[in-house]
Amino acid sequence: MIWFVAALIGLAAVAWGFRFAGQAVTGNAPKFRDMPYGVAYGYVLGAAVLAWLVWAYMQGRSDDQAIANKFFFLRIAIEGFIIFAIAAWLFRLLGRSVGTARSKKLFRSMPLTASFGILTILIYAIFAIFAGLIAPYGQEQIIPGVAANIIPGGDPELGGNPDFPLGTDQIGRDILSRLIYGAQNTVGIAFATTVLAFLLGGTLGFLAATLGGWLDQLLSRAVDVLMAIPSLIFALLLMTIASVWAPELGIPLTVFMVVIIAVIDSTRVYRLARAVGQNIVVMDYIEAAKLRGEGLGYLVFKEILPNATAPLLAEFGLRFCFVFLTIAALSFLGVGIQPPLADWGTMVRDLGGFVNFAQFAPMAATAPLLAAGAIALLTVAVNFVVDWMLHKSSGLKE
Amino acid sequence: MGNVLTIILQRLALGLLTLLIVSIVIFIAVNLLPGDFAESILGQGATPEAVASIRKDLGLDQPLVVRYFDWLGGVLRGDLGTSFAQANFASFTGTDSGATTVAQQIAPRFANTMFLAMITAMIAVPFSIFLGVLAALYRNTVFDRATNIFTLSSISSPEFFVAYILILFLAVLNPIFPSLSTIFEGMPLIERVERSMLPALTLTLVVTAHMMRMTRAAIINLLASPYIEMARLKGLSPMRVIVKHALPNALAPIINVIALNLAYLITGVVVVEVVFVYPGIGQLFVDSVQNRDIPVVQACCLIFATAFILLNLTADIMSILSNPRLRHPK
Repeated sequence: MIWFVAALIGLAAVAWGFRFAGQAVTGNAPKFRDMPYGVAYGYVLGAAVLAWLVWAYMQGRSDDQAIANKFFFLRIAIEGFIIFAIAAWLFRLLGRSVGTARSKKLFRSMPLTASFGILTILIYAIFAIFAGLIAPYGQEQIIPGVAANIIPGGDPELGGNPDFPLGTDQIGRDILSRLIYGAQNTVGIAFATTVLAFLLGGTLGFLAATLGGWLDQLLSRAVDVLMAIPSLIFALLLMTIASVWAPELGIPLTVFMVVIIAVIDSTRVYRLARAVGQNIVVMDYIEAAKLRGEGLGYLVFKEILPNATAPLLAEFGLRFCFVFLTIAALSFLGVGIQPPLADWGTMVRDLGGFVNFAQFAPMAATAPLLAAGAIALLTVAVNFVVDWMLHKSSGLKE
Repeated sequence: MGNVLTIILQRLALGLLTLLIVSIVIFIAVNLLPGDFAESILGQGATPEAVASIRKDLGLDQPLVVRYFDWLGGVLRGDLGTSFAQANFASFTGTDSGATTVAQQIAPRFANTMFLAMITAMIAVPFSIFLGVLAALYRNTVFDRATNIFTLSSISSPEFFVAYILILFLAVLNPIFPSLSTIFEGMPLIERVERSMLPALTLTLVVTAHMMRMTRAAIINLLASPYIEMARLKGLSPMRVIVKHALPNALAPIINVIALNLAYLITGVVVVEVVFVYPGIGQLFVDSVQNRDIPVVQACCLIFATAFILLNLTADIMSILSNPRLRHPK
């Protein structure tokens, strides 16, 4: 702590020197003459952080195993960051040169974060759809003749096995296969839940906007009440009740979870759909359609829906993130997706304790971090894409 | 001023009404359970006589409406009922551990959670306003973009990912803070703060992003105003223009978003408390959910909802008070 403060103060002196030297060397060029002290400090601080990262990376490749272990995760993070950045850049380059004129134009204005997001979503989609082909073992398969609790890393000296690069879990299932199947289960269930929430919330929202009157009042007040209860808390309460009902009715708990989260999240969709719908309902073409004698279904699906796609699509991305995170949190707390289905949240909970061994066997800590990281990576990717879409559609060029 | 008072009173009444309806929703939800407490307490070997007697003891033979008002009256007097697991345990061992009521169980844990939320707020609020001002000042620079990416990532990561990353770097690889927050009564304050540091930092990372982005957006919104132009033309430094002229006018949305984030804190603690085994109300809630300890689940739910509604109400009233246009609605 003392060293940290001393370093910050030392940097303050260096920053002053940096600005002074800059002024002297460039003959008082405007860039250095008008540079506030804070900016000079920022440059020096940034340079110091970069230098430290390079130093830490070198430490991570050191021959001394103890030191290398200590910086192992930082090394992986830096390597991952650089690889992802290059992959995103290459993907954008590909998008700019291949495809129709319109897609090329889209890629030309795309920031690197958005192309990273699209690439990541594509990779997840491939893993989710072809999990059965990619995964070396089944998700529920307890491999015969193989011990449980094989340490990840594939190093026999540390208790690993090269056939199972990420090791096996408590009852001898391959963790890598379960991670890959997790893409199918976790992402698939979250996607289905979001679609259900949109069908429910969107339909009711448009209906409330078109019909108005007592239906609108009734639905809106009901939604107000549901939104007054924090969503994760409400979901946990309802899941408690569902966990009692599920065995009695013989319906899997996961089905209950999908319905419960879809209903809770549809309240947010309803709000948006109603607000957007109300802006559209007052348009002249709606009036014209009504005068033509079109029915309710035509009004909602042929007139309102096409004009509300853009905001709803952005909302779909955000909603998906929320649903995905809620499901992951529920599974992490033990009431979400139920075993034997492989699921990332549950994996984090089961394997989380291994993080404590990171200092001696860094590979042992990778399994829970990979599962948690897989969740984080997808939500970050979706958020990057949504952020870019919102930025583009709002025309903000600040 | 009388006008403002009426509006605030209206909001308060509306908040109370919402709370009442929420309590009904929670009560009905809990009563959707198949069977009842009596059967669950006795488990497999329930004889009809025993069930009937316990049902009578707990007042379960009354109609739903009567039970609701009994429960509500109890809640208003601070009596949240008897914890299921504790009652079970006490009757089994024949001892009275002294903490059988839900209120006794919840009170110390609620204090712990408030403590955690307070530490988090004390770190997160100044930090995020500072970052937001800096990002607005140096907008569209490398710094701005880096903070944008960083905050967007930490907003969208699940809490347990952030928590495990912090444990990895700050507790396991560099033992600065303890990874488990064991907290008990009568602990020295410094030690208590140290042990709550990792959960507090996790929550900080999760809420800072939102507050910082709002601060930045609110300030940038104002930068096109004539009085900012004027301040610039007077020759004030960019930092002074933002801190003295833009920030006070941007406070309304910022306060609003801070209140909303505190509301989020109250509920977001659940996962974080479980990761760090922090003895707060969130941990109790999850334990009770797993044990199906319905009275505790019900009470925790009500407390979370109350905190959520109160903070949202505060945000609402704050924004009315700080915005003259909302103070005089047409």
